[in-house]
Amino acid sequence: MKSITKQKPFEEIMGQLADIGRVYIIGCGTCTTMTGTGGIDQVLEMKDRLQEAGKRVSGWTVIPIACDEMTEVSIKENKRAIEDANCVLAMPCALGVHRISLYIDRPVIPAQDTLFIAVEDAPGYFREVCAQCGQCILGETAGICPITACHKGLVNGPCGGTNNGKCEVDQEQDCAWTLIYERLEKQGRLDLLRKYHPPRNYQVTPRPRMIKI
Amino acid sequence: MVSSFKDALNSGRFVITSEIAPPKGTNLEQMHHHIELIRDKVDALNVTDHQSSVMRFPSIGGCLAIKEQGGEPILQMTCRDRNRLALQAELLLAYTRGIRNVLCLTGDAVPVGDHKEAKGVFDLDSSQLLRTVRLLESGKDMGGSDLDGAVEFCAGAIVTPEAQPIEPQLAKFEKKVEAGAEFFQTQAIYDLDSFSRFMEYARQFPVKVLGGIVLLSSARMAKYMTENVPGIFVPQNLIDELSVAPRGEVLAKGIEIAGRMISALKKDSICDGVHIMAIGREEVVPDILAAAGI
Repeated sequence: MKSITKQKPFEEIMGQLADIGRVYIIGCGTCTTMTGTGGIDQVLEMKDRLQEAGKRVSGWTVIPIACDEMTEVSIKENKRAIEDANCVLAMPCALGVHRISLYIDRPVIPAQDTLFIAVEDAPGYFREVCAQCGQCILGETAGICPITACHKGLVNGPCGGTNNGKCEVDQEQDCAWTLIYERLEKQGRLDLLRKYHPPRNYQVTPRPRMIKI
Repeated sequence: MVSSFKDALNSGRFVITSEIAPPKGTNLEQMHHHIELIRDKVDALNVTDHQSSVMRFPSIGGCLAIKEQGGEPILQMTCRDRNRLALQAELLLAYTRGIRNVLCLTGDAVPVGDHKEAKGVFDLDSSQLLRTVRLLESGKDMGGSDLDGAVEFCAGAIVTPEAQPIEPQLAKFEKKVEAGAEFFQTQAIYDLDSFSRFMEYARQFPVKVLGGIVLLSSARMAKYMTENVPGIFVPQNLIDELSVAPRGEVLAKGIEIAGRMISALKKDSICDGVHIMAIGREEVVPDILAAAGI
């Protein structure tokens, strides 16, 4: 499982840093390292670009897993350089931005847009497989999630926009319900295709979602 | 009587519906003109609901115009733009304003339209919306509360008889029947043999099926639809017929083809009626009917 990010355009980052002179940069050794958006190489590249653009960089670090509690230790270790900056430019995904913000009073500016949680099908090919909707129906859809794999998130079969197994939104994209149909057929469970699913409950865990375990 | 359209469906005669596309803007002149031209020649007129996800004057606005002009409207409702509260509320409004027919659709995807960054809602799907119509008729809403005044509709849905693979579409068709669909309007059909085979299957269900007739206005449009529109297959002989039509007579050829198909469907009682979609050329619907001998 990986948190998939896309680095924001440099102009947008500079826009957020408009009134800020000194910046401390934090990267992440896990997801954004693997996606090449916020690992050590990108942190160093960002440092150079910021300096070229006239910003002063008071320091940088790459936290091994920015979203976990060890982040607090790393921030304490780098306290002086962080406090020497006017803000932190955070290059982990949004989960890391949240974690970092817990321990730093300075503004934390995200350098990434966090897109989705994915599995890696083949090296470099990431696919969203779970929307964490709170009502798993994978047992009735042959292990293919129509909430994520169908553009419209339909739970009662395909729309009329499917064509030769492809989606109306993108001819390269497989129609989730054609995949579900094919796999149910192989499993000899086509009767499930005719099962009615009632409207979804969007308040399984009301937003903001949280739980105590 | 729920609606004159429902009576027509139950009369056993060949039913004709067509559709009106509301304008992008507040100039309703052309829409009123099309309604005036067609309303007496059909059993009911659909009004599209932001067709192809392109923002327009609303379906319910077009239906009210049809009512005002003495016609029989079919309210097309997609699940793309409204959640379950808004859909139910609109059904209440439609009922109080004398609209008695509703076509329940999932709706095209947002990115195919002209507001590509909008949020697609899809809180419900077409089969769930059909059940919602029946629930409101029972005097309850989806939250479980009692309604002070219920609704009554002749409710329908769509089916794509030429989709590939067809099995998932048929499963969805059956779900819609179970959800309470009384009639189906199909996606455009051109291959009557293949449609007849679909009808043999559909006849086992207690629903009326109106075959979708989309006017072919040129060979280019026919080829485009075959290549790009899901579930539409225009046989090569029809494309050839359009390509060899002399300049200036191509539209007339398209009208002739549509008329010929309608008359064949009627003569052999292949289906219960037709739904004519002239897509931007609504003014020729009377000519199509004349070509069909209706």
